[in-house]
Amino acid sequence: MSVADFQPVIGLEVHAQLLTRSKIFCGCSTEFGAPPNANTCQVCLGMPGVLPVLNEKVVEFAVRVGRALECRINPVSIWARKNYFYPDLPKGYQISQYDQPLCQHGGLEIDTDDGPKRIRILRIHLEEDAGKNVHDAGGGESLVDLNRSGVPLIEIVSEPDIRSSTEASEYLKALRDVLVYLGVNDGNLEEGSFRCDANVSVMPKGSTKYGQRVELKNINSFRFVQKAIDYEIERQVRRLEEGGKIAQETRLFDAVKGETRSMRSKEEAHDYRYFPEPDLPPLRIPPGYVERIERELPELPRAKLQRFVTSYSLPAYDAKILVGDRALADLFEKVEAVYGGPAKKLANWFTGELLRLLKEDSAQLAALRFTPEQFAALLKSVDGGELSNNAAKDVFAEMFRTGRAPMDIAREKGLIQVQDAGAVEAAVDAVLAANPDEVEKYRSGKKQVLGFLVGQVMKAMKGKGNPALVNAALKAKLGD
Amino acid sequence: MEPTELSMLELGKKLASGELSSVEAVRACLARVDRLDGEVKAFLRVDREGALAQAEASDRRRKDGKRAGLLDGVPVGLKDLFLTEGLPTTAGSKILESFIAPYDGTVVKLLRAAGTPILGKLNMDEFAMGSSTENSAFFPTRNPWNLATSPGGSSGGSAAAVASRMAFGALGTDTGGSIRQPAALTGIVGLKPTYGRVSRFGVVAFASSLDQVGPMTRDVPDCAALLQTIAVHDPCDSTSAPAKAPDYFAELEAGVKGMKLGLPREYFELPGMDPEVRAAVEGATRALQKLGAELVPVSLPHTRFALATYYLIAPAEASSNLARYDGVRYGLRSGEGKNLLAMYGHTRDEGFGLEVKRRVMLGTYALSAGYYDAYYLKAQKVRTLIKKDFEDAFRTVDAVLSPTSPTPAFRIGEKVSDPLAMYLNDVFTLPCNLAGLPGMSVPCGFTRANLPIGLQILGRPWDEARVLRIGRAFEREHDFHRRTPPLGAA
Repeated sequence: MSVADFQPVIGLEVHAQLLTRSKIFCGCSTEFGAPPNANTCQVCLGMPGVLPVLNEKVVEFAVRVGRALECRINPVSIWARKNYFYPDLPKGYQISQYDQPLCQHGGLEIDTDDGPKRIRILRIHLEEDAGKNVHDAGGGESLVDLNRSGVPLIEIVSEPDIRSSTEASEYLKALRDVLVYLGVNDGNLEEGSFRCDANVSVMPKGSTKYGQRVELKNINSFRFVQKAIDYEIERQVRRLEEGGKIAQETRLFDAVKGETRSMRSKEEAHDYRYFPEPDLPPLRIPPGYVERIERELPELPRAKLQRFVTSYSLPAYDAKILVGDRALADLFEKVEAVYGGPAKKLANWFTGELLRLLKEDSAQLAALRFTPEQFAALLKSVDGGELSNNAAKDVFAEMFRTGRAPMDIAREKGLIQVQDAGAVEAAVDAVLAANPDEVEKYRSGKKQVLGFLVGQVMKAMKGKGNPALVNAALKAKLGD
Repeated sequence: MEPTELSMLELGKKLASGELSSVEAVRACLARVDRLDGEVKAFLRVDREGALAQAEASDRRRKDGKRAGLLDGVPVGLKDLFLTEGLPTTAGSKILESFIAPYDGTVVKLLRAAGTPILGKLNMDEFAMGSSTENSAFFPTRNPWNLATSPGGSSGGSAAAVASRMAFGALGTDTGGSIRQPAALTGIVGLKPTYGRVSRFGVVAFASSLDQVGPMTRDVPDCAALLQTIAVHDPCDSTSAPAKAPDYFAELEAGVKGMKLGLPREYFELPGMDPEVRAAVEGATRALQKLGAELVPVSLPHTRFALATYYLIAPAEASSNLARYDGVRYGLRSGEGKNLLAMYGHTRDEGFGLEVKRRVMLGTYALSAGYYDAYYLKAQKVRTLIKKDFEDAFRTVDAVLSPTSPTPAFRIGEKVSDPLAMYLNDVFTLPCNLAGLPGMSVPCGFTRANLPIGLQILGRPWDEARVLRIGRAFEREHDFHRRTPPLGAA
């Protein structure tokens, strides 16, 4: 038996930070990168006597996610206290939701080698984040930074519907795209605003009885998700092949060593002593609220992808890149609307030049200097023959950096192609007169000489000749 | 007459007329503290300078014609679990001995806005867990009526300070009887409002679903005035009632004629009720009958489960509420212990007293995996039944009468080593908290040994006005609340 003889069964728990301006139960800022403990007050410091007051924006964001993931939004959900001791948890409990979460029974479609597949979502609940312990800060002391304490989170728990590490990674990407599209999360795994734990088990192929699952923590990049799960699958299979048993435990992924190691066993597992939070009344969703949020939902990545493929006749590959970023897709549609030329050609400019420049300048799509109209005008001048493709790239780069009108740039750089038939004809005549041998060769059937002659004409015109015109004029003069 | 013999409202009038100044009133209180508190030990901390400065400010307001209200300039005391910016707030615990509150709680802000100088912080059972103030980490408070006895608890310091006229009034908190029982045992008026009537923001939490702040005063009108000051919606407390409080004076003097007052069979059948308490309370109910009320027997069949229910829910919530005292951010941190777990352990072991540890352990157990359904969840279900008992009773009666405490003040040390006996002292007061109702204790008699006895009046939710009106009707015809403990005569 080997890994191929086993069926992995995977469920993912994703913690996503909600992009509200203030924290979930107090008015403190959620801004990242403030000096330690600058964004705190008595409430998120867990002072005696403090009480939580719910930030309504948090509920709105969570309902957005819930509906985008086709969940049922429970009209009444219950806050619960999750009790455990840790220095970054100021109250000694986390306010969360337990047996009556806000959202339940949804799903998210992903692409697999066997076609589309729906991963069911068990639940989405709201909770507050903890702070962070800082070790080795010097003096042998550990410090606590509570800026993150009380930052709103949603936990999205999938059913164990995922069957491979690739599917896990696809699911995570799809989920992140949805959250980013909804404007509720920045999708940043590295900064911890999107975190993932995985429950992994294996069973012999053909079996219907799930194996003992193991929880993997600390997976903070898409690459690591696959690596961690693959490692864990192999570890479990190896253990079973050796006749061993899988222990119920929590394991930590070590990204440096590329392996998982035991963090705590079942016996060491916390008893969180959940009970309903007496300081907060049940969360009631008023009638009509969900419907209002639904009406305001943007088009989601998968629907947009479909539409890009069908209505713009784009290859799935291009469409995926464009839709991968909502702002990029929006810009594409704006330029396309004014451009009117072939969408594939526009897509090439997006996936090529635009993305390259964005990456080189680490620029933001939200802060582009040029307008969709300028972009469209540039492309039209290529189609119209005024600019060569290469010249247009130059102009685009300049337009990208300065936001100046493309034809102004082209004129200034002297990149506008000569469209005057008389000027082209004169240049062709001169070149033909200067190269009688080549003309003879061409006429005797050596058609490849044409390329040389075109080059000579272009050289004579200092590269500004419209290649199409030059070609046509040459062929006419050569009697073709 | 000494200014301290006045009620809050009487003093308020004399302040308004200029007959007395707030500074004089504060000085009179401080003089009494100096004379008596060495024995009574009601105060954990007296804030002389603060109180005098606030009194001076009040006197200036009056001169400028900007009096803040009926109680402007009337000095009060606070149970030591109200956070007061810049002053220690210990909750009667060693773990908070060094804690200086960084902010004023909502009711403290309301008091400051009303202009009442704050004399200081009053002793209490640690984290409000207890019925005798013997669980204070610092010292027990004595009952001014007999220094060998306890003033009750947990707001024993507040009760003793008001009874011995060291403060004109005080605020306490009541989770299972902590305002009403000490009020009864010291011969003053104490009201626990409906859950949600008064903000809990800035009050050290014991059991969040039961805690409620309330006034402790010498008579019912003072109680109404102090309640009026603090019964304000607070957006910082999500359990605070959004509805505006009514005018508690509107019908205060309207009497009880035509009211139906319920006498719960189960309360009067309790074994172990002191015969003198029974006689006094029955006398009080007959007095109300003479005043025109109709006495109606009612049944609260789940009463016998109240104690067990309370001692699951309150400790469960407390075990979680007290988790924040971990030595990390404020309060005591034990120097012992080589690692985090040891630091937690030593800090909490050194910082918490026996009763607090007992309840944290009880509560932790009740919430543990495998026990939750049998204990916490079951208790919540019984709590619903107890609430329903009252709803049923209030369909036929306007209020319910009972003794506040089954016994008068007991000797210090008598019950401290027997938690069950101590818990039984709250048997009449607990159901009110479980049901979230308003309840008040008014003085209704004395034992032959000259110890006060309290009558408990329980009302419908949000019906404090009627509870006050019944108490006032009784009080007007009697002089129990005017009697002064023998201390003053000494």
